[in-house]
Amino acid sequence: MIASRLSRRQLLKGSAAACVLLAFHWPERAGAKASKGSEFAPNAFIRIEPDGGTVLVMPQVEMGQGVYTSIALILAEELDADYARVVLEHAPASDKLYANPVFGLQATGNSNSIRAFWTPLRQAGATARALLVAAAARQWRVDPQTCSAARGEVVHASSGRKLAFGALASAARQLPPPANVPLKDPRNFVLIGRAQRRYDTPDKVVGKTTYGIDVMLPGLRFATIAASPVFGGKVKSVDDRAARAVPGVHKVIVADDLVAVVGDHMWAAKKGLDALTISWDPGPNAAVDSRAIWDDLRAASTKAGAVAHSEGDVAKAMQGAELHEAAYEMPFLAHATMEPMNCTVQLRKDSCELWLGTQVMSRVQGTVAKLTGLPPEKVTVHNHYLGGGFGRRLEPDMALKAVRVAQQLDGEPVKVVWTREEDIQHDYYRPAYRDTIAATLKNGRIDAWNYKITGSSVMARWLPPAFQKGIDPDAVDSAADNPYDIPHQHVEYVRAEPPAVPTGFWRGVGPNNNVFARESFIDELARAAGKDPVAFRRDMLGKTPRLRAALELVAEKSGWGQPLPARTGRGVAAQTAFASYIATVVEAEVTELGEVRLRRVTCAVDTGLAVSPDTVRAQLQGGLIFGLTAALYGEITIEGGRVKQSNFNDYRMLRIDQVPAIEVFVIDSSEPPGGIGETGATAAPPALRNAIYAATGVALRRLPVDRQALVRGAT
Amino acid sequence: MPEQKQLTINGQKHAVDAPDDMPLLWVLRDIVGLTGTKFGCGIAQCGACTVHLDGRPVRSCLLPASAAVGRAVTTIEGIGATAVGARVQKAWLELEVVQCGYCQSGQIMSAVALLSATPRPDDSDINAAMAGNICRCGTYVRIREAIKRAAGSEA
Repeated sequence: MIASRLSRRQLLKGSAAACVLLAFHWPERAGAKASKGSEFAPNAFIRIEPDGGTVLVMPQVEMGQGVYTSIALILAEELDADYARVVLEHAPASDKLYANPVFGLQATGNSNSIRAFWTPLRQAGATARALLVAAAARQWRVDPQTCSAARGEVVHASSGRKLAFGALASAARQLPPPANVPLKDPRNFVLIGRAQRRYDTPDKVVGKTTYGIDVMLPGLRFATIAASPVFGGKVKSVDDRAARAVPGVHKVIVADDLVAVVGDHMWAAKKGLDALTISWDPGPNAAVDSRAIWDDLRAASTKAGAVAHSEGDVAKAMQGAELHEAAYEMPFLAHATMEPMNCTVQLRKDSCELWLGTQVMSRVQGTVAKLTGLPPEKVTVHNHYLGGGFGRRLEPDMALKAVRVAQQLDGEPVKVVWTREEDIQHDYYRPAYRDTIAATLKNGRIDAWNYKITGSSVMARWLPPAFQKGIDPDAVDSAADNPYDIPHQHVEYVRAEPPAVPTGFWRGVGPNNNVFARESFIDELARAAGKDPVAFRRDMLGKTPRLRAALELVAEKSGWGQPLPARTGRGVAAQTAFASYIATVVEAEVTELGEVRLRRVTCAVDTGLAVSPDTVRAQLQGGLIFGLTAALYGEITIEGGRVKQSNFNDYRMLRIDQVPAIEVFVIDSSEPPGGIGETGATAAPPALRNAIYAATGVALRRLPVDRQALVRGAT
Repeated sequence: MPEQKQLTINGQKHAVDAPDDMPLLWVLRDIVGLTGTKFGCGIAQCGACTVHLDGRPVRSCLLPASAAVGRAVTTIEGIGATAVGARVQKAWLELEVVQCGYCQSGQIMSAVALLSATPRPDDSDINAAMAGNICRCGTYVRIREAIKRAAGSEA
């Protein structure tokens, strides 16, 4: 099938985990719930109940990116269900039924939900519809070809007969599933690509949605924790006399590297924790600080790396040509999801139940099984809506810590909620990176490009089979696949792990680093070539026409080239990350004191077929703000082996009064859908940096933006 | 020592056993079971815990429950019963403001308080009233539009 092969190729392009792409296994007739009663559950995603209810089981998690709505639209489209009446369910933990085909495990990340599930979901919906139509045709004794389906009913047009899906459920479940059911011609889509209400938002505006942190159970205890503030440290001793006197405190728990207080409510737990006198053994990392980490990273960046991509002959091309060189640096970042880390656990002798919002259902189940010694099938994970993910909830640590607390209780359920301080100081941080680039120009274009990334490999820890021959496919994403026509290119990666600091995926992942370095340097090269930044890029996008079209559109919509006041500039950035073609212009003013004021953001995107165009706009608007926040303020620093920042007072977020108008233009496209959730986070920082460059002439080469360097006359 | 307090929440009386210094946030969430009000930072920096006390917005993570005795507490679960609240929630849906939604209870409570005091807010009114509410998903552009939509639909 051409559509299927196309989307598979699309998946591979620029996909971080492409090299672990596993053959997609058609999910079997769905989980435990499928076999009972007379409901019709032809696969793991669809369940039609005799009363007519259509339940769609969500293989990817909803953390704000709108994927529940998009998945429901895709399934309902091919199923011809009544979208307004479908009910969505969080999937249970099961790699067998719900593994993301790209990761080979039940994970939501890398902006690949729609790319990974586009064809499987369509096939699941179409096959279920074919069975329902066949069941109706059999009952009516007519040719199935003369029947159609729409809005949850099978219709025989010539006789005017209709049967609701529910009435066909028990007959349809008796029929063998047909193979190779044709998918709809996209021109006939009635849901995909049209304006549709989000499924999850009506409950969210009235406070009814249950996030992991909202779980309530009979007899529930509340706990909060303090893990060793120094990475790798342990508890030496605890004086808990004062804590025990706090009203509502039940128990003080010490477990190797963490202390927990369990109480009647969070306030008792928190007051209790504050009343403890904890003596920590800091362990081997007590002297680790940011300065030493950066010294190490800079030293590592002078070593030879593993080759991620090479074409032409860089060494030869550079001979005798004027060499342009720069190094760019990206800081550690925390995720700071609005919903702090939490997990509710009930651990019994022979079973464990967990309630939380996670991006890795089966991994939570598997790691908890290992920790408790229980068989995985005795570990039940109840997933919830996530109050933000951004990659933080790709780790199971909040579940493991909660289980370690529960191990010292007597089987009563306990909700373990982290304070914001604990959340920021015990994250898996976006790695610090250093990127070194050397390039030469020829006839006003880039001729040779030598690029090296140095930094931690998250993939080597998180999905070891994806780390092959010294290459982390995420770390080199958007570096090994340069969209510009550059005849001589060489790209290397040096894995350099920081001491002590745990690293993890962060919205925008590898492309955040590579697009920032590349697009910043391209602006510097444009200046060296005496060219306008948009024109310089456009002339090198012959092999990437979709990006060139986005660039031309954003230039037009942003008023590129029109006059601006003093110390005000426009910056552009272009990218192909996550199989979406995006060009962004940020307009910013830099005050005499070096303060950056955002004036306007314009973005043009070709993401292929947009399942939900308004969600594409919303994700870009929000993602751009996420990226601007990081570019302006984001930096986690280490002192004495511990994170210095602790809450929103010193780990700042952009607020509404700093956010300008943000316009997003979605280009109509019939190409397979691209990824979108992370793209804005990648797009904004280089565009802002280039706006500052245009406004002041200061070539920033490090994030976050250094205001001191931007004070008038500072350079 | 815990002592019984009479609180009026969304028009209903609740007798709760809570220490005097226990913030209203945790009384609402962990004792009364109204979990629509969210914990975000605990230091009044993010606004996720915003509720109304006699119609005025307060950060419930720092407000002792004892300070709410004898006053009307309104939360996200009850704000839709007011005309302004219903209008704001409707505008939020029409413009699809919400992403993860975790901060939106607080955003909506701040927006309702703004529109109750200033029915026709301009951009600087919106900035002043809403800058205390962080949204990590970055829904600010639509929050601004939705407040204007809710204000405009008043007539």
